[in-house]
Amino acid sequence: MRVGLFVTCVNDTLFPETGKAVVTLLRRLGCEVDFPMAQTCCGQMHVNTGYRDEGVRLARGFLDVFAGYQAVVVPSGSCASMIREQYPKLAAGMGASRPGAFASAHGGRSPFARAVAEVTPRVYDLAEFLVDVLDRTDVGAYFPHRVTYHPTCHSLRGLRAGDRPLRLLRAVRGLELVPLAAADECCGFGGTFAVKNAAVSAAMCADKVANVLNTGAEVLCAADNSCLMHIGGTLARQRAGVRVMHLAEILAQTEDAR
Amino acid sequence: MSGTWLGMPAFPRNAEAALGNSRLRANLRKATHTIRARRAAGVDEMPGWAKLRARGAAVKDAALRDLDKHLLRAEEAVTTAGGRVHWAADAAEANTIVTELVKATGHREVVKVKSMATQEIGLNEALAAEGITAYETDLAELIVQLGDDLPSHILVPAIHRGRAEIREIFRDRMAAWGRPAPDGLGDDPRALAEAARLHLRERFLASKVAVSGANFLVAETGTLVVLESEGNGRMCLTLPETLISVVGIEKIVPTWQDLAVFLELLPRSSTGERMNPYTSMWTGAAEGQEFHLVLLDNGRTGVLADEIGRQALRCIRCSACLNVCPVYERAGGHAYGSVYPGPIGAILTPQLRGTATPLDASLPYASSLCGACYDVCPVAIDIPEVLVHLRARVPHPPAERAGLAAAGWLLDRPGRLRAAQRLAGRLRGLVPRRRLPGPGAAWTDTRDVPPVPAESFRDWWRRTGGEDR
Amino acid sequence: MTGRGSRERILARIRAATAGLPPVPDAAGPPPAPRERTEAEIVRTAELFAARVRDYRATVHLVAPGGVPAAVAGALAGRGARRVVRPGGLPVEWPAGDGVEFLADEPPLTAAELDAADGVLTGCAAAVAETGTIVLDAGAGQGRRALTLLPDYHLCVVRAGQIVPGVPEVLGRLDPARPLTWISGPSATSDIELDRVEGVHGPRTLEVIVELPAV
Repeated sequence: MRVGLFVTCVNDTLFPETGKAVVTLLRRLGCEVDFPMAQTCCGQMHVNTGYRDEGVRLARGFLDVFAGYQAVVVPSGSCASMIREQYPKLAAGMGASRPGAFASAHGGRSPFARAVAEVTPRVYDLAEFLVDVLDRTDVGAYFPHRVTYHPTCHSLRGLRAGDRPLRLLRAVRGLELVPLAAADECCGFGGTFAVKNAAVSAAMCADKVANVLNTGAEVLCAADNSCLMHIGGTLARQRAGVRVMHLAEILAQTEDAR
Repeated sequence: MSGTWLGMPAFPRNAEAALGNSRLRANLRKATHTIRARRAAGVDEMPGWAKLRARGAAVKDAALRDLDKHLLRAEEAVTTAGGRVHWAADAAEANTIVTELVKATGHREVVKVKSMATQEIGLNEALAAEGITAYETDLAELIVQLGDDLPSHILVPAIHRGRAEIREIFRDRMAAWGRPAPDGLGDDPRALAEAARLHLRERFLASKVAVSGANFLVAETGTLVVLESEGNGRMCLTLPETLISVVGIEKIVPTWQDLAVFLELLPRSSTGERMNPYTSMWTGAAEGQEFHLVLLDNGRTGVLADEIGRQALRCIRCSACLNVCPVYERAGGHAYGSVYPGPIGAILTPQLRGTATPLDASLPYASSLCGACYDVCPVAIDIPEVLVHLRARVPHPPAERAGLAAAGWLLDRPGRLRAAQRLAGRLRGLVPRRRLPGPGAAWTDTRDVPPVPAESFRDWWRRTGGEDR
Repeated sequence: MTGRGSRERILARIRAATAGLPPVPDAAGPPPAPRERTEAEIVRTAELFAARVRDYRATVHLVAPGGVPAAVAGALAGRGARRVVRPGGLPVEWPAGDGVEFLADEPPLTAAELDAADGVLTGCAAAVAETGTIVLDAGAGQGRRALTLLPDYHLCVVRAGQIVPGVPEVLGRLDPARPLTWISGPSATSDIELDRVEGVHGPRTLEVIVELPAV
């Protein structure tokens, strides 16, 4: 299967190891991975901060770049959710019919809406792609550490990723998965929320960090590096001794590689 | 007589102040977690909740779609049943109508059933200005009124108060409003509830005029519906000679049978109960009472005109979104500067009041967009969607606008992004990990900055074709 | 009185805001069709009702046909109620109990008299099993609303045939033109630290007698 990798601007710029891990993992599982160089950003930060026009411009770029792929894999729950859940709403706001009963007065479908309808159903978060498309939970990984998992809001409530990431982690040899209390609660990142409402954001993260430390885990795992940058930055500030790792980086590790 | 929302600073500052109050945080945390668990149990028990929720949303949408017809139908039904219907375009008009109606009775005191609409329009203050005293009778509203305080939650307005504070308020303030607190009053909730019962008992028996809101107004029958727990609502709705109900126009449901959906959705979402202890329904002048219905717009028709924002009018004021919101739990209700706090307040207040003040403009940002509110909303209001929609409408600070414009310019062309990544890679040693300058300081106050890699993913791919690990 | 101009203005704003929107289909659907129930179904529904009312910390007695007067006498004796309000239209045999004085609401009792009574005995219009709810409609055997509000103790007799499974079914049995009071347990509050306290302004004690059908 030929897969388009949308690495996301944050991973591209700050967390290249996550992108490399996705490539390693998908190739190991027999996928042909392509990284279209024209990609940049899904537009989430702009749209969610209130700069819709700029965000839509970036969204158009994404749709152009990934129009031809059988599957697009995104190693970020929130970017995947932006594309799959929010693009259709943006399209609706631009004149397409709104889902739900209380519909828009304006019918019709714009070129943007058509592109959204065509591309977004084939966009997957990494865990979804592995479990639903490749039908794999055991990806042959080996990671002999005590790990806890934070599901992140947009995977959990946006994409409805459910227990897919946990099933993947449980199948990793050597890995001890310890449950995280109040896992479904937001860590407080929220994009620009982290700086616009820094005090509340930090208070939310303090509770998340306390729950992480209570697990006694060596590694906090999530499928979104933005949340991990926030939680990990707080852990680092506290010199807590807990590492943060993207799901892809754990799943990419094998016994041979050790 | 009570505090005011006017002139409050923007949400982040209010929230930061609240975060410094450890007693407030403990009260809020305990209360929201308790009620959250109760709601989850109540909803889990109910088979077909998702379907019921979808029907709740659809009934409200149908009601809003033909709101004019439903209102006229309700007006006719109420009038036929001996009630009088008044229309108020805004808060001032509603307050004038109610004040005149009370004056016409010759009485100077009214008892009140807990009502969001009358708080929204500042009715108590308007009545006081005309020499009329309004007595709140819901226990939490009583606590707020006696404490010269502001409500901080839709369902439990005194959620920010603990039992010890409530005892103090009762001991210090009850005498000024009527029967004093019993001697030696303790802080056991049972004793405090008993003190409220005694304080209000004679007031109820002597009351001649009551003011209420309503949870629902049935268009086809003209029936008003009030859900409550304590019986203060029944006292106010039943005993006085004159009843005045102030009801937002969005409270309408088309048919009698539509009530079934909401009587199943609301109690479980609100308190987690299968059913609240008391629900009163009446049509027109019941049992010889004089009845007035004041239909309130006060910005609602403006909300109705907004294609995305109008879903906020489905709200049935259950407060489930407050109870699950991590921001509300930490900031508390007062930070929202409105009788409608929490996620629903963050989308309702800026739509009803506009975004001219720093506070109102900051409300759409009072959320991490975690989506917990949408999940629990019994009428499926996509609160994150409306928040994002409103963020596009509010004025943006110049520095932020410049920053996002620059980011947009970079991200618009892959070549620009690559150049910026390379520059950052070369300067990576200069990026402070623990103290960023300017707006970045808000990040590094509590968080380290991740190290900037020497090579971006795209440069690695370009160099290796993705082959080298 | 103000408000005439506003009526037209509000209606015009609504019409402008909703102009051109497609119709929304009727979502609630028709009420569940009433159907004949077997005796066994009626008993099962009554048992669920009793369990749900008990969950609200109210006392419930299930009695055989004709067992209401004895149960009323027993409940009033247990409560120690001596002066009990009796609405008009109550089955004549229900008010029972040695030494109990039943107060008729003719002429209407004053609020103070109701407040001073030890309790009130009523029937009901309908009841809901799923939610443990009793509905009063101020009809025969129930009286005006104040009767079940001011006395601190409410003893309510429910006939099993009056209990429907859920909320959708009960609406079809009620007349919206009548003042309705839905009662689910005694009055309660959770306003102080979310601790539930039974008994605030309404009757602090609710006791229910369910008369089962003959089997």
